[in-house]
Amino acid sequence: MNPSAITLHSEELARYSRHILLDEIGMHGQESLKRARVLVVGAGGLGSPAAMYLAAAGIGVLGIADFDKVELHNLQRQLLHGTSDVDNLKTESARSRLHDINPHVSVVLHNSGVTPENATSLFDQYDIVVDGSDNFGTRYLNNDAAYFSNTPLVFGSIFKFEGQVSVFNDNPEAPCYRCLFPDPPPPGSVPSCGEAGVLGTLCGIIGSMQALEAIKQVLQIGESLSGELLVLETLSMRTRKLKIKKDPHCPLCGTAPEIEIIRSESYQYNCDIASSDTENMANEPYPIEIDVSEANQILQTGKAVLIDVREPYEKEICKIEGSSQIPLNTIPANLDKLPTSDPLMLYCHHGSRSMQVTQYLRKNGFTNAINIAGGIDAWAREIDTNLQRY
Amino acid sequence: MKIQIEYFALLKEQRGISIETIETKAANPEILYSDLKRQYSFSLEPSMLKLAVNEDFANWDYSLKDGDTVVFIPPVAGG
Repeated sequence: MNPSAITLHSEELARYSRHILLDEIGMHGQESLKRARVLVVGAGGLGSPAAMYLAAAGIGVLGIADFDKVELHNLQRQLLHGTSDVDNLKTESARSRLHDINPHVSVVLHNSGVTPENATSLFDQYDIVVDGSDNFGTRYLNNDAAYFSNTPLVFGSIFKFEGQVSVFNDNPEAPCYRCLFPDPPPPGSVPSCGEAGVLGTLCGIIGSMQALEAIKQVLQIGESLSGELLVLETLSMRTRKLKIKKDPHCPLCGTAPEIEIIRSESYQYNCDIASSDTENMANEPYPIEIDVSEANQILQTGKAVLIDVREPYEKEICKIEGSSQIPLNTIPANLDKLPTSDPLMLYCHHGSRSMQVTQYLRKNGFTNAINIAGGIDAWAREIDTNLQRY
Repeated sequence: MKIQIEYFALLKEQRGISIETIETKAANPEILYSDLKRQYSFSLEPSMLKLAVNEDFANWDYSLKDGDTVVFIPPVAGG
């Protein structure tokens, strides 16, 4: 008699009967799922379907790591959360949804998310980590912590209509994310953080594939995506499965690694445009970029012009009082409408598009063009909290 | 020689199409990408991309042959 044997009760046998019917799962496999501990990083677009399918599948311990609160613009794709959950912690709505799906699963919440300080010890508590994070900093942190804690990592990532899926670090010969992309791209070079947009149902596809890979990993069935990157483009339903090898020059898992421990400063990453671009133009009468509180002060003087470079539909969601709208792609045709002496402040949603416009205007002689860092999202957080965020 | 090129993510956007077949004299993907980058103002440096030839990840100095399929894959971080 195996002392670690787990018994499935009659209610569970009924619940999982369609799994147990499968030769590849059976009673033994279903018990393995119940013994398994899986951590889902991020209760967002990918984490939602991944966690829901893992819970439904009867994973014994399901960890959810996220520090964020639910916002209205999450609901188009993050199925763990509902309209009544807005402003509450994502982990709280995740717990109630997952418990309702399957009360036999022990849901463990990690409300600090994954941090450089906790990552390795957190991953040590789990058999598999599913990466549903939404930024390069956390992705590289997850990859490195999975390597140091010897935990398989099910990777999934999305952009607009495209997704990538792989499994890293599930055996000593397996590649890691850094074998594929050794370092994060420079800030601003790859749109992320809500700037690019994403199709909601794509999250369902990629997140479900991640849950599937995690389940295959637990059951040791089929062929894992370890050593392969699946790339899916859903507008044409074009898929590519590309073979990845462990890179001997990998800075993490190569033969002479540069990364030997997790240092918190290595994982800072923001979505702002590369700073070298902005520094080149700093020696002008006006700074090229200011924060929202400085912008608010300048606006109070009544001498500044405030331009909203977002798309018309975005103005219908929220706007800063006193701004005029000139969408980004119509700026070149409207240069004659812009002042050349008074401060010309530009904003968009997060500050990236308006920085493009600011740089364009500076190249065209508008030394008074100033970007508002963080855009209307920062304004809504710090200046006017009544604004609808999106 | 004729080379099929596939673009994903940001490159697909900047090129405006997903797949094309071009006639090129580029000896390797490094030269090919550098030509394309100039032509279409790609913002990503080759060091930020992963490159595959005929479904296997390949090095930038791989010797291109007539009929090869070259895939350029940028990293994406959304979740």
